[in-house]
Amino acid sequence: MGAYRLNKGGRINRDKEVFFRFNGRRLKGFEGDTIASALLANNVRQVGRSFKYHRLRGVMSAGPEEGGALFNVNDGAMRIANVKGTMAELRDDMQVYAQNAFPSLAFDIGAVNGLFAPFLTAGFYYKTFMGPARTTAFWMFCEKFIRKAAGLGKASRLPDPDSYDIAYKFCDVLVVGAGPTGLLAAAELAEQGQKVVLVEQDFEVGGSLLSGGRTEEFTLRDTLLKRFEKAGGQVMLRATAFGLYDGLVTGVLERCSDHQSAPEPFSPREISHIIHPQHVVLATGACERGFAFGNNDRPGVMLAGALRSYACRYGVMAGRSAVIATCHDGTYDDAIMLASLGMEITLIDARNKPSRYAKKAQAAGINVLAGKVPVNVAGVKSVAALEIADIDEAGEIKENTTIIGCDVVGVSGGYSPVIHLPSHRGIKPRWEASINAFVAGKTPENIHIIGSADGIFDHQACLDNALQITQKIKGQKTGVKLRRRVPGGMRALFEVQIKGRKLKSFIDPQHDVTSEDVRQAHREGFVSVEHMKRYTTLGMATDQGRVGNVLGLAVMAQAQGLAVGTTGVTTFRPPYTPVSIGALAARERGRHWRPTRRTPMHHMHLAAGAVMTDAGAWKRAWYYPRGDEGIDEAYVREAATTRQNVAMVDVSTLGKIAVQGPDATEFLNRLYVNPFAKLAIGKARYGIMLRDDGMVLDDGTTWRLAEDNYFMTTTTAQAGPVMLFLEELLQRRWTDLRVHVTSVTDQWAGMAVAGPYAREVLAAEFPQLNWSDEAFPFMGVVEVTHRLGQHDITCRIARISFSGERAFEIYVPSDSGAQIWSALADRVNEAGGCLYGMEALGALRIEKGHVTAAELDGRVTLEDAGFGRMASKTKPFIGSVLRQRSSLQDERRPQLVGIFPKDRTKKFSAGAILCTPDAVSGFGEGWVTAVTHSPALGHWIGLGFVAGGAQAWQGKTIIVADPVRDNFVEAEIVSPHMFDAKGDRQHG
Amino acid sequence: MDGKARVKRYSALRIIKEGLSGHKGWQPAWRDATPKPAYDVIVIGGGGHGLATAYYLASIHGIKNVALLEKGWIGGGNSGRNTTIVRSNYSIEGNTAFYEHSLKLWEGLSQELNYNVMFSQRGHLSLFFTPGQRDALARRYNIMRLNGIDGEFLNRDQVQKMVPHLNYSEDSRFPIMGGFLQPRAGTARHDAVNWGYARAASALGVDIIQNCEVTGFIHEGGKIQGVETNRGEIRAEKIGMAVAGSTSLLAKMAGLGKLPIESHKLQAFVSEPIKPFLDTVLVYSAYNGHFYISQSDKGGMVFGGDLDGYNSYAQQGNLPIYTDVAGCAMNVMPALGRVKILRQWAGIMDMSMDGSPFIAKTDIDGLYLNAGWCYGGFKAIPGSGWCFAHTIANDAPHEINSPLTLDRFRQGRQIDESGHGPFPKAH
Amino acid sequence: MLRIECPFCGLRNHDEFTYLEDGSGEMPALDNIDGEAWYEAVFLRDNPRGMHIEDWHHTQGCRMVLRVSRNTLTHQILSVMPAHPDYKEMFSDSAKSANSAPKSAKAKSAKDGRG
Repeated sequence: MGAYRLNKGGRINRDKEVFFRFNGRRLKGFEGDTIASALLANNVRQVGRSFKYHRLRGVMSAGPEEGGALFNVNDGAMRIANVKGTMAELRDDMQVYAQNAFPSLAFDIGAVNGLFAPFLTAGFYYKTFMGPARTTAFWMFCEKFIRKAAGLGKASRLPDPDSYDIAYKFCDVLVVGAGPTGLLAAAELAEQGQKVVLVEQDFEVGGSLLSGGRTEEFTLRDTLLKRFEKAGGQVMLRATAFGLYDGLVTGVLERCSDHQSAPEPFSPREISHIIHPQHVVLATGACERGFAFGNNDRPGVMLAGALRSYACRYGVMAGRSAVIATCHDGTYDDAIMLASLGMEITLIDARNKPSRYAKKAQAAGINVLAGKVPVNVAGVKSVAALEIADIDEAGEIKENTTIIGCDVVGVSGGYSPVIHLPSHRGIKPRWEASINAFVAGKTPENIHIIGSADGIFDHQACLDNALQITQKIKGQKTGVKLRRRVPGGMRALFEVQIKGRKLKSFIDPQHDVTSEDVRQAHREGFVSVEHMKRYTTLGMATDQGRVGNVLGLAVMAQAQGLAVGTTGVTTFRPPYTPVSIGALAARERGRHWRPTRRTPMHHMHLAAGAVMTDAGAWKRAWYYPRGDEGIDEAYVREAATTRQNVAMVDVSTLGKIAVQGPDATEFLNRLYVNPFAKLAIGKARYGIMLRDDGMVLDDGTTWRLAEDNYFMTTTTAQAGPVMLFLEELLQRRWTDLRVHVTSVTDQWAGMAVAGPYAREVLAAEFPQLNWSDEAFPFMGVVEVTHRLGQHDITCRIARISFSGERAFEIYVPSDSGAQIWSALADRVNEAGGCLYGMEALGALRIEKGHVTAAELDGRVTLEDAGFGRMASKTKPFIGSVLRQRSSLQDERRPQLVGIFPKDRTKKFSAGAILCTPDAVSGFGEGWVTAVTHSPALGHWIGLGFVAGGAQAWQGKTIIVADPVRDNFVEAEIVSPHMFDAKGDRQHG
Repeated sequence: MDGKARVKRYSALRIIKEGLSGHKGWQPAWRDATPKPAYDVIVIGGGGHGLATAYYLASIHGIKNVALLEKGWIGGGNSGRNTTIVRSNYSIEGNTAFYEHSLKLWEGLSQELNYNVMFSQRGHLSLFFTPGQRDALARRYNIMRLNGIDGEFLNRDQVQKMVPHLNYSEDSRFPIMGGFLQPRAGTARHDAVNWGYARAASALGVDIIQNCEVTGFIHEGGKIQGVETNRGEIRAEKIGMAVAGSTSLLAKMAGLGKLPIESHKLQAFVSEPIKPFLDTVLVYSAYNGHFYISQSDKGGMVFGGDLDGYNSYAQQGNLPIYTDVAGCAMNVMPALGRVKILRQWAGIMDMSMDGSPFIAKTDIDGLYLNAGWCYGGFKAIPGSGWCFAHTIANDAPHEINSPLTLDRFRQGRQIDESGHGPFPKAH
Repeated sequence: MLRIECPFCGLRNHDEFTYLEDGSGEMPALDNIDGEAWYEAVFLRDNPRGMHIEDWHHTQGCRMVLRVSRNTLTHQILSVMPAHPDYKEMFSDSAKSANSAPKSAKAKSAKDGRG
């Protein structure tokens, strides 16, 4: 008894044997097999364990609705969990493992859950494990075991070694599903001259034509495919349309290499296609569903159509003797085909009136019994027999039963149109009584649902429907609406119940949800469809309720005394079938997760031995270690050299914006808090801008190059937001201003040369300029053409200082950045100076009390940052009104200060909280934003904000509290300008 | 009317008893009430916040003549479609005490409600990649510690020991520098919280009325006097609104005018169930990226990222965030590449102008507002219900929620954890 | 994916754009010192479910600020226009019809718009 492979037939390639392992056992299949078909061919009946009760599971279907044949595939980093064996193509050396079974499939400890099944019903977890005490301890103890038993497959913890891609496509029509309806529609549309993409989740085109088992169906498939391809259509195989989104943009996952034993090197495992069609034609077919009866989850209970698919497409008979239970005519053809291939069949039909196909079936040797339903499956490891009972016209099921021996049971309760994709667009499903299934509601003009996906289950009607839709897309009037119906009619059958019998009837076999669970949910008031789903977990397994949803809704409706379909339905969410995370991330991983911005001098920093750090998307030189210096030694040396001699830093990352036009001056004057109306040509000014709500947005210098031409610099972090804000102001708010702003951040390389000898170094490089204080005062700007080698290079130089030393910022076109940097670096080094990185830059600016993003964190006012006096009292500016809100003017607000440890040997850290000694708790009085070991002062210093500012804390001790790093230091609050407060060095 | 006596407690013993008798003895978890003409208090919104409010009105303040009106089914909004994270790692006055109060309620919630809400204190680990991020997180965690809230600093090695299968390679775009851990944080079962509060409130006499949509407000003499619904007029002199996702619409109906709220769409994702893979809540922000992930008891990896970034009332996913979140996942957990997303969904967030919520009286006498939860409302449910009930019962806020006023921006008293200012999509 | 018909660049995916904010109201004039007016403009929103006038910036395209009418429930976009009134003028019906007119007329209409 059992399953076996036929000697001929099917679409497998019998010339190509494929060897694979299931739980270590070497088995043979053929090219064209799925894992499931190959396992059945080897008479492997038990393939896994269920989620909750760990009951044995066999192959149940032949499609994406599968809830039993789920596997772990591959080893090590290549391991994939929850692979649907009914969809996955077999390949050589494939390692396939059963899931959710420990230590083995045959003997599984978790199966003990089955013994407790009477207690583990819906809502079980909510009602117990609370524990006696008001803590989570007891639950967390229990949870460990529950978690181990839950889950299905085992995911690898190693980095995914494969690569993925995202691709964009544009077309006139996207046809989803290459069954007969989709193929015909695609071919017709392509022949009309439309650009058509046809996606098919299977690895062969044809859909139901592949499983029919008749030559004419294969011929039709070949003809339509040829027509489509000849007309220039594009077929994508192994490509699942997983989501339908706004603007008709469709996500399609193409599986490229899982089916190959030796994929091409560097080829992606999967590709996410983002397709932009004008029309979407959904020919997604219908999914057969079973109905609930006792032990209907046992290995060997399968969908009737699946029995036929295995026989006709794969040449695999799922059993030798079958009972096939149905409630409609559609199953007769399946049974007749199976009988012709040698299956011994009893066909039981829940309808009392014999089917018009009954005679034909009997002629094929089938024992046809009308008015019978299955009651209970006998056999634990697999089907041994089926108990059946009579059902009368009224639907009453008689208590007397008979038993029929069999090794496989086929079930069909009808077909559910696959309407997931319209559901993604918010198109509500509607119950269609004529087919006892949900169909999609009214669709927008560019979404077309055809064939069995729209509930049309007649082959010829489906083809007619395909032609209609092609005319409609072409803009022609379409004929009559085709009727949705099941040929021959059907009896609505969702569950078989019998008086006095407690049956374990599964609705969602993957999650072990039984019809009793649904009735219990009803008793407990979980009656709305979403409540029922969530309470019982019905439809939340990997098949997302393809098989079980309708049954659950029907059982609930019955419990409520309502008609099926009136209770609503849960929403299908993307993805249609599960999509690997890697495929969506595609190339955005590792180093390529986010773009990397490098300054024009990047390679020179690396050559100089710099350690780099991240600043937003930028890579910046952090420090330049010499010998075996660590970061602390290096930055202290670099900062000290800057103060004592001369040093150079790359400032290319600062935002740079060209502000140009006759009203540029007025624009800046409205923008900055301080006056810009009278900035002389050839001068720079430090400016601060606020947001509308009065908080500091950014600071930087802006240089006036000409009457109507300014060069604005922003902080690195705010470059993008400031640029956007300027454009917004000019296009939305101040549309009267004749100003154009252009981001030139990438056009100009920038470097700052700072230190007492900065002037000498620059004078040597730029002898054509007058470097005297008179000619080139603090905040002076010059533009000069500099000849270096063969090149004339435009240089913009301003005497600006962030370090507090005499310093100059030099901007040159990016292409020349490295050249100028190199020339200046040589001169700096010759002068005994050095290059300095971000850490030394930080040390220098902290000493000076200059603010950066650490201080200007979006919650700081002008006054908080010590800039209150910069605000103009004579002009309005952005934020000038809302900055005056009462709480923002409170003098007790934390303000920028310097922090010295009382014991100068002590170290403290940014992120610490400033507290009074008698109240090291709560929110404290302020916080530390930045800390450095000051080379100039010889001890650790910090910047921070403290209530009332430095004035309020004169002579008082404050505690720098850093409990997360267990460090508490006494400190004194000083002016934020901790070094050269008067600024003599930068002016001198 | 007094349902209290009839409600049987849940326990292991009860389950065994029911199991042996075919589970026929279970009663509805909450009474499916039909509206009476009048109540002492009406709570609009059957999400976690509304249900908790109704429960605490009855349990703490003794106000049991309460109607909870839900336009659909309870728990159908954001409290049933979130990533279930519970934490109290906040640093700004107004938030810190509130969220810690909420966390403390969470810790005893299963026993209090006699309903297992499966609060699993698995810890909440925030990664950092740059010194700047470290300093900002240090400030936040120091504030927590100084307020008696647990929080720990972990260096890179400690993070690696705790979660070995993250991307520690130097080849990563932003190598992990370390993390901050709140051990008492974790996840809970979202539906259980809603149902648990509903059951407990109903047992105390609260009428939980589903499929009851508010269509208008009754004002008399400048005071609120009730609501009109699709199930008729229902009167009460005190009405609390907890209708995240519809706040602006109802506020307009009630005559509150414009609010400091925009509705934005947030997506969430769950993978197929896998065997235990991650034993904590993992979170990070990095350059234009935001990501949080945990594993549910069923085994699904539950995760999410940023808002879609434009005003929306559509509970549907969209591709750009889908790919962005997947990239964020792969950035820190490259083993996730082969794990498959099972389901993607979206909720509508009340995004406020500073990223912090409102639990406050309004300009209309008798009308109270609970709103603006951005995407952190789930963890707030117990604390929010507790504070809102107090505010309604006393017609005055509790000290804990007194900073969470509606017009705080007028005085510049915003509670801005991120510093993004009045740009709701940025919070 | 929202598909936004940029008047300058054509039909593009929304991830090229940056959503700015509600574009239905006007900010107070810069010299308006009424704090309440600023408070309302900066902090309060109509936040409709349905048609919403909003501004998007074509960040990865022409960098123009575009005024979009979009349904926040269905995401259907009804119109996209430049936010700047002068550019909007160029795309108005009269300017569009001028497109088919002789070149000089077209240039004139655009120029007038700027005035």
